[in-house]
Amino acid sequence: MSFDAYRCPNGHITYPSHPLCPECGEKQTETVDLTEETATVITWTTSTATPPGVEAPNTIAVVEFDVEGETVRAIGQATTDEIEIGDEVRPVYADQLREPGAGIREPESQEWDGYRFEPVL
Amino acid sequence: MDVAVIGASMTQFGKREGWIRDLLAEAGEACLSDAGVAPTDVDHLYVSNMASGEFEGQTGVPNMLAHDLGAMPAYTARIDQTSSSGGAGIYHAWQSVASGTSEMTMLVGGEKMTHRSTAESTDIIASITHPVEYKHGLTLPSFAGLTARLYLDKYDAPRESLAKVAVKNHKNGVDNPHAQFRKEVDLETVMESPLVADPLRLYDFCPITDGSAALMFCPEEVAKEYTDEYVVVSGVGGATDTHVVHERDDPTVMGGVVESGKQAYEMSGYGPEDIDVAELHDMFTILEFLQSEGLGFFEPGEGWKAVEEGVTERDGDLPVNTSGGLKSKGHPLGASGVAQGYEIYKQLMGEAGARQVEADVGLCCNVGGFGNCVITTIMEARQ
Ligand SMILES: [Zn+2]
Repeated sequence: MSFDAYRCPNGHITYPSHPLCPECGEKQTETVDLTEETATVITWTTSTATPPGVEAPNTIAVVEFDVEGETVRAIGQATTDEIEIGDEVRPVYADQLREPGAGIREPESQEWDGYRFEPVL
Repeated sequence: MDVAVIGASMTQFGKREGWIRDLLAEAGEACLSDAGVAPTDVDHLYVSNMASGEFEGQTGVPNMLAHDLGAMPAYTARIDQTSSSGGAGIYHAWQSVASGTSEMTMLVGGEKMTHRSTAESTDIIASITHPVEYKHGLTLPSFAGLTARLYLDKYDAPRESLAKVAVKNHKNGVDNPHAQFRKEVDLETVMESPLVADPLRLYDFCPITDGSAALMFCPEEVAKEYTDEYVVVSGVGGATDTHVVHERDDPTVMGGVVESGKQAYEMSGYGPEDIDVAELHDMFTILEFLQSEGLGFFEPGEGWKAVEEGVTERDGDLPVNTSGGLKSKGHPLGASGVAQGYEIYKQLMGEAGARQVEADVGLCCNVGGFGNCVITTIMEARQ
């Protein structure tokens, strides 16, 4: 699985995708794989009150990638709570971020794998 | 056409015995009685409710309420806009009267939540998130933690300033007989309560609550047939921000707050400096800062100083959350925006009892999701 951000003909990049680009309203036509990129931590939190099917504590980070001068943010679990604003992180694949079916959302309605963020030391 | 509010009610908030239909009927009946309106005179009946289906397997609540109150053949609809369902209900109720289609509109907001575990309730609320957020276990409290850390870092604000929001609102809640908690808390208690979403702790969050509230709307000319004193809806605005929270340019700015506030100010002709009292959606302490800045009461990054300096205390220049806020009053999702309206109505009518402040113009701001959709309403006293 690649870590895909999406680009419209005007160069705007978003993660996740949208049927129409939120910046300009055009269809997104390209994907940009972020798997090999690194990002900077914008902010993070460690949640101790997690919903069903989510391991506690759950550390979450908002990170920002710089792709050829255009920035794109993503959100996801961090591999550690030893994390600070400004840290450099890289994506690490996880085949199951949360137990499907334990929560309220219909398991088949979405995918459950994705990328966590690990500090680059 | 000016739209008046001629009656209001709210049930006791907290852990309640009844189910959603009981709570809605309790507030509805009290509102009819407060306004002196017969059930059969209600043209439109709106119910603000986020998730009665998910919480208790109960759907079709507006029709149920109409029959329970004997309000047939009133036109009914359920208004769901997550946590801002109540504010959205005020918008629709205003619209129904302003458009001339209804001469008497009752809005009842309610939610029954406490029979579910905290984890289940949190998950029902988190179901509003995008799949890429949901699969990582994102909850509304975790968005609050992410934003609070960024705000404190960006504006060099002390952690204690957030705790002081909780201390203030709990203090106000003591004088609200309908509040879930009527107990003061001190700074130390907040700062040492268990971590929920670092840096936020248990006392930075509102509780899970059952409750209902109601408001009665009609044209100003009709209001005069019922009462000499009433309140007018001077302005109302509604707006959305990104569904995916991390896609906002500046996560410490709630675009929906700014835009809905702008609309409400423009319609009313009032500005932030004219507001005498405000009810803000303090589902999390950090939200009180973001709204007080987004609505122009304070400059960006200065909201925390206002709390430190006591400006937003009941005896300050701009009392915020005289009701106790969601923090101590409780947050039955669909009821909260209506209960904000109830507090402003009571303040403007001079009927707020021990928590009364001097006020001719009041504002409430009701936030859905993590700022995903927002309704701002401005009301003023008339006699
Ligand atoms: Zn674009």
